[in-house]
Amino acid sequence: MKTLKFKRFFVTALIVIIAYLLQCTVFQSLQLAGIKPNLLIIVTAAFGFMRGSREGMLVGFACGILTDIQFGSIIGLYALIYLAAGYVNGLFERLYFDEDIKLPILLITVSEFLYGVIIYFLMFLLRSDFNFLFYLNEIIVPELIYTIGITLILYPLILLINHKLEAEEKRSASKFV
Amino acid sequence: MKKKNQASAFNRYLLLGLAVFCIIMMLLSSFSERAAGPFKVLANVTVIPLQQGINYIGSWMGDMTDNFETMQQLRAENEKLQEQVDSLMTENNYLQEERYELERLQELYQLDSNYAEYEKTAAHVIGSDSGNWFSTFTIDKGSQDGIAVDMNVMAGSGLAGIVVEVGPTWARVRSIIDDSSNVSGMVLSTSDRCIVSGDLSLMSDGQIRFEQMENNENQVSVGDQIVTSYISDKYLQGILIGYVSEVTVDSNNLTRSGYITPAVDFKNIQEVLVITTTKAQLTGESEGQ
Repeated sequence: MKTLKFKRFFVTALIVIIAYLLQCTVFQSLQLAGIKPNLLIIVTAAFGFMRGSREGMLVGFACGILTDIQFGSIIGLYALIYLAAGYVNGLFERLYFDEDIKLPILLITVSEFLYGVIIYFLMFLLRSDFNFLFYLNEIIVPELIYTIGITLILYPLILLINHKLEAEEKRSASKFV
Repeated sequence: MKKKNQASAFNRYLLLGLAVFCIIMMLLSSFSERAAGPFKVLANVTVIPLQQGINYIGSWMGDMTDNFETMQQLRAENEKLQEQVDSLMTENNYLQEERYELERLQELYQLDSNYAEYEKTAAHVIGSDSGNWFSTFTIDKGSQDGIAVDMNVMAGSGLAGIVVEVGPTWARVRSIIDDSSNVSGMVLSTSDRCIVSGDLSLMSDGQIRFEQMENNENQVSVGDQIVTSYISDKYLQGILIGYVSEVTVDSNNLTRSGYITPAVDFKNIQEVLVITTTKAQLTGESEGQ
């Protein structure tokens, strides 16, 4: 039982780190019109509604802290945003079932949109930069569209990994009963 | 049912706890640089080595695709370059002549040319900002290689940015096209000063803005070089920022503003040169003498 828990932790950490690394390195050269997708919000949201608030929060926190350490001006800001995203997505766990792709896409879309708006509010509006429509058109919406496109590839992968882990956990649980 | 309630209560406490932790970290790190220390060590052992690895693979793959460029393209380019070499040779000779003259005159005036040659060290770009809002990147050299905060970073012949954060084996560079970057620049030909600031709304066009240039009788035209000025306290003097692409007189008739095309191609930035002298050192030394 303990090894399985460890395995889940290890696999989750690996997914977070790979997503982060892809975002910082490979997607740099896969930019479309100077925009790259936000893999971290996909991972955070996916773990939120698949595994519940607790894992969503922890994954979000890890994603945010990684971003903060390397690229944030202050530690903790991105961590807080991703933390909230993970928690809120976790609330939708009871509505979620595996075969449905509409809810995940919807949740990831809303998360990504709110993420963009919050970043604008905290980092640009507070510097009295009121050109919201421009940022909406040039950054938030293109990033949203690209992210949704990537979701269609990345989300089934995360789902598959989760399935495998859950199947294993179930097997070992029934063994003990 | 009870168990479920317990779980959601625990979740709420966890959310609260982590949120408070984040807020405390934000406060701490806005007051003191040291708060980020432990996290930097964490990054050092986890993601930085992996980023360096991926970067090597990436540049290797980039080289491979470059190899597939057709012969014809290369020939045409070669021809063009040859022409350029010829014209540059002539220009170079002319400049050499001027240089000797300058040296002679400098000797005459006993000026020391302390900013002619800065010492530089090369570094690879290993990662870029994970979002689309800001334009910073990490390089694979840090305090162990003698990099310090406020060192100027060049790519090719132009100014790329400035080091804003240093870890043991990595450093974070804020590029001059970043929305929060301001550089004091001047027009090379007329020495008119201006403020060069990055702007997110111009980033996709690959341009940056300059403003507050005095509106005097000096002609500034499209194509003029803008270099870092002598009054900046962080940027060394005389590093090329870019070329004027548009200049207009402001409505107050006192100042001019416009746009600059940077000398650096920020989309494909792979290797950079870090100047290991900071302006503070330079001015400190000259004060000491």
